[in-house]
Amino acid sequence: MANRVQAIILTGNGTNCEMEMAHACKLAGADRYDIVHISELLFGEKRLSDYNFLNLPGGFLDGDDLGSAKAGANRFLHASIAGADEMLIEELLKFIGAGGLILGVCNGFQLMVKLGLLPALGGNFTRQSATLTFNDSGRFEDRWVYLKADAQSPCVFTKGLNTVYYPVRHGEGKFIPDGKATLAAIERKNLAVFRYCDTDGAITMDYPANPNGSTHAIAGICNESGRLFGLMPHPEAFLHRTNHPRWTRENLPEEGQGLAIFKNAVAFIRSGDF
Amino acid sequence: NAGVIKFNDRHNLVFKVETHNSPSALDPYGGALTGIVGVNRDPFGTGLGAKLIFNTDVFCFASPYHKKKLPPRILHPRRIYEGVREGVEHGGNKSGIPTVNGSIVFDERYLGKPLVYCGTAGIMPARLNGRPTHIKEIKPGDVVIMTGGRIGKDGIHGATFSSEELHEGSPVTAVQIGDPITQKKMTDFLLKARDRGLYRALTDNGAGGLSSSIGEMATYSGGCEIDLSRAPLKYAGLQPWEILVSEAQERMSLAVDPKKVHKFLELARRMGVEATVLGKFTKSGKFHVRYGEKTVAYLEMAFLHDGVPQMKLQARWKAPKYPEPRFSPPARLDRSLIRMLSRLNICSKESVVRQYDHEVQGGSVVKPLVGAQNDGPSDAGIVRPVLDSMEGVVVAHGICPRLSDLDAYHMTACAIDEAVRNAIAVGVDPDHLAGLDNFCWCDPVKSPKTPDGDYKLAQLVRSNMAIYDYTTAYGVPCISGKDSMKNDYSIGRTKISVPPTLLFSVIGKIPDVRKAVTMDAKRPQDLVYMLGETRDELGGSEWFAQNNAVGNKVPQVDAKKAIKLYRALNKAIEAGLVASCHDCSDGGLAVALAETAFAGGLGLNVDLKDVPYRGKKRDDYILFSETASRFVVTIHPKDRAQFEKVMAGTVAREIGFVTADALLQVSGLSGKTVIREKIGRLKAAWQKPLNF
Repeated sequence: MANRVQAIILTGNGTNCEMEMAHACKLAGADRYDIVHISELLFGEKRLSDYNFLNLPGGFLDGDDLGSAKAGANRFLHASIAGADEMLIEELLKFIGAGGLILGVCNGFQLMVKLGLLPALGGNFTRQSATLTFNDSGRFEDRWVYLKADAQSPCVFTKGLNTVYYPVRHGEGKFIPDGKATLAAIERKNLAVFRYCDTDGAITMDYPANPNGSTHAIAGICNESGRLFGLMPHPEAFLHRTNHPRWTRENLPEEGQGLAIFKNAVAFIRSGDF
Repeated sequence: NAGVIKFNDRHNLVFKVETHNSPSALDPYGGALTGIVGVNRDPFGTGLGAKLIFNTDVFCFASPYHKKKLPPRILHPRRIYEGVREGVEHGGNKSGIPTVNGSIVFDERYLGKPLVYCGTAGIMPARLNGRPTHIKEIKPGDVVIMTGGRIGKDGIHGATFSSEELHEGSPVTAVQIGDPITQKKMTDFLLKARDRGLYRALTDNGAGGLSSSIGEMATYSGGCEIDLSRAPLKYAGLQPWEILVSEAQERMSLAVDPKKVHKFLELARRMGVEATVLGKFTKSGKFHVRYGEKTVAYLEMAFLHDGVPQMKLQARWKAPKYPEPRFSPPARLDRSLIRMLSRLNICSKESVVRQYDHEVQGGSVVKPLVGAQNDGPSDAGIVRPVLDSMEGVVVAHGICPRLSDLDAYHMTACAIDEAVRNAIAVGVDPDHLAGLDNFCWCDPVKSPKTPDGDYKLAQLVRSNMAIYDYTTAYGVPCISGKDSMKNDYSIGRTKISVPPTLLFSVIGKIPDVRKAVTMDAKRPQDLVYMLGETRDELGGSEWFAQNNAVGNKVPQVDAKKAIKLYRALNKAIEAGLVASCHDCSDGGLAVALAETAFAGGLGLNVDLKDVPYRGKKRDDYILFSETASRFVVTIHPKDRAQFEKVMAGTVAREIGFVTADALLQVSGLSGKTVIREKIGRLKAAWQKPLNF
């Protein structure tokens, strides 16, 4: 029998895309799509082990006041769960060990990178080896961008995708790895899932098609198993054609391109590979 | 706290617009940030509380290119512009509320005080746990709880100093500094508490702090008794009166059933939000405040709420008269159009718009920027607040302060018409529309400092007359509003007063967002229609301002004709007959044509002889008149007969067609070409001035 898809959308302390992310899970066919406040995990009211698809939505964790998602990452690393002899990070690592999927969007991606969940080379999930920092423009911007998917990537979320069009809405989206070795490994292992490209699909460093000046135009990365994936653009913001900025002038399918990411996740969990 | 209208049988919409002018003059970032997070709490504090679904912001500044010497204490308009922009960016983006509509208006008289209008809408279930959500109820014995941030010395006298002109002694410490994340945590908690039925009523702490929030709530039960020594402080050393009136931000006051206090406080603790019991609501008829055991205030509720005597003021109206402009019509208008597109009130505001998240919450339908390259100026915003449904909420606004120089009555009528027609342009249901009026006036009380106070008061009276006349004619109820009456600067011998400025905002419903229309031309060969008659009403127009004149002939709104046109246009949009629709406002027909063309990446070929027009026969007047209630519409040629049938009985005339050659071509009354310009050049001129 196919696995049940149990999605958790984790919120609190400044996240703000939880509603549309839960809606995406619902439209993709998840059996459960619970919006859970982090305090519910910290007080043991909900447990990560009851889920197999963790969504980390966009927002401004703790206002991003120490740099994007930095304070949020520290909470994850050092908070303990009330009434249980366990730290939150241990529960998270168990979730990963059990093969659960994690999708981080925007601030969720920043959180994953600052925690060390991405790229997590060699399976070290708590050592930060890259960062997401201030856009070259020096400002927060909301604009739609084209992304080119790496067909060779192990990422389970992007199977069958070529180019897609999603909005970015961030001030700190410039991806910088901690050195050449990390960057080389990311590229060799096809972990750079999405890169910014122009309207013809050519990867670009030119603003504004590349909105932040990200290293090698990287917009999203996955870990080696392909089950952990984070990206700066917002797939959950394009679930219906009326979200597209030019829907009144182009012939578009009713379904938005962002839903594919969530459908892939659901299909993967239901498949024998999970 | 805010106005409420029905959205559908399951949900109500809540909308409020506020101003935060004085604080933004002294501390643009802090003032504007608090402006937005402050107005967030109004819909949030309405009834049982609403989830916030969008923000809208309108700013009035002096030119950021201001070169003259600045009077004492006035910050350079560029600094105000950047600070306000950033404050609203942080306040809106960090709260996870999309900013979907707004504008920036420029006039030198906003040098003394900028105007910062911030609006927020929310949605709430029509009923919760069997109760209608828009009604507040408090019983004697209910517990007074304050939750959210702590109280500090920030914002003491905020309300009082905002009610004065900006002067030598205006205290910067009166500016409250909000923290959006503290507020977000609080609102996350309170929405959960609301759905679990853990409180009976709530209201926000804004102007006047606890004195106002608890003072207002106490009217429901008939009194209260609170102990200020229990209130959590940011630091020690506050006097009881300071605790009572501090406007420290991100706080809500609640009435909680004593049986539910424990559950309420426990949920707050778990979600990391501070909540403190301050006392209880009573039916004593007294506003009773203690500090420990000592009574520090004991006022009759009746005196507290109705004790202020009504002012009696004299108003005197005398219509102003300006010299008639004498410039002759230019033979060619290409360069005039380019100059008009570069005027601050007309040019693109994209650099500001991009820095606001306009699509968080996932329901974005019509964004502030639309068209072939996502950079055309849309007339109104549309969002879907319930993602399972195709029903949308429309928001738009109108603001025409320059017309106050002629007659605040027509200024107001034009602002109302502009707001309504912007909403109509994207497809709002004309029968499901409500308005808000926000007055920002200069001191209208006659005194030695304000010798023309009786005239300014007459402007206010006339403005109110227009609100009555036009909202009743349009069937658009005013559900909320606010006024700010002392937008003057006075230090030494320098006095600067803002032009009387009315912002009219509308919120409405579009039953199916898939029927929405945007302003960009869609396809070559589409037909261009002019809707509404143009008259030579250039008084107060951008064209006259460009020619250093004011003029006298102010645009006047014919409400009967307008509403008939709007209903017909709405039918045409509903029937899918309209490819694009753009309202004519600042810069008139010429600017609307240029924007329609370059937003669509297409050319237009238009003949002014076909434009329905009454007045002095001048090409520049037809092109730049700012007559109200007009649109430029494009339709597919196959829809011509059907469209004309739906529009029968209104002024709707074919004036040209859309072309693939990326040129805007206009032939004048004489048959000669008056404009022939590449849309790329027009767009570049429009984009340049504020592309910081």
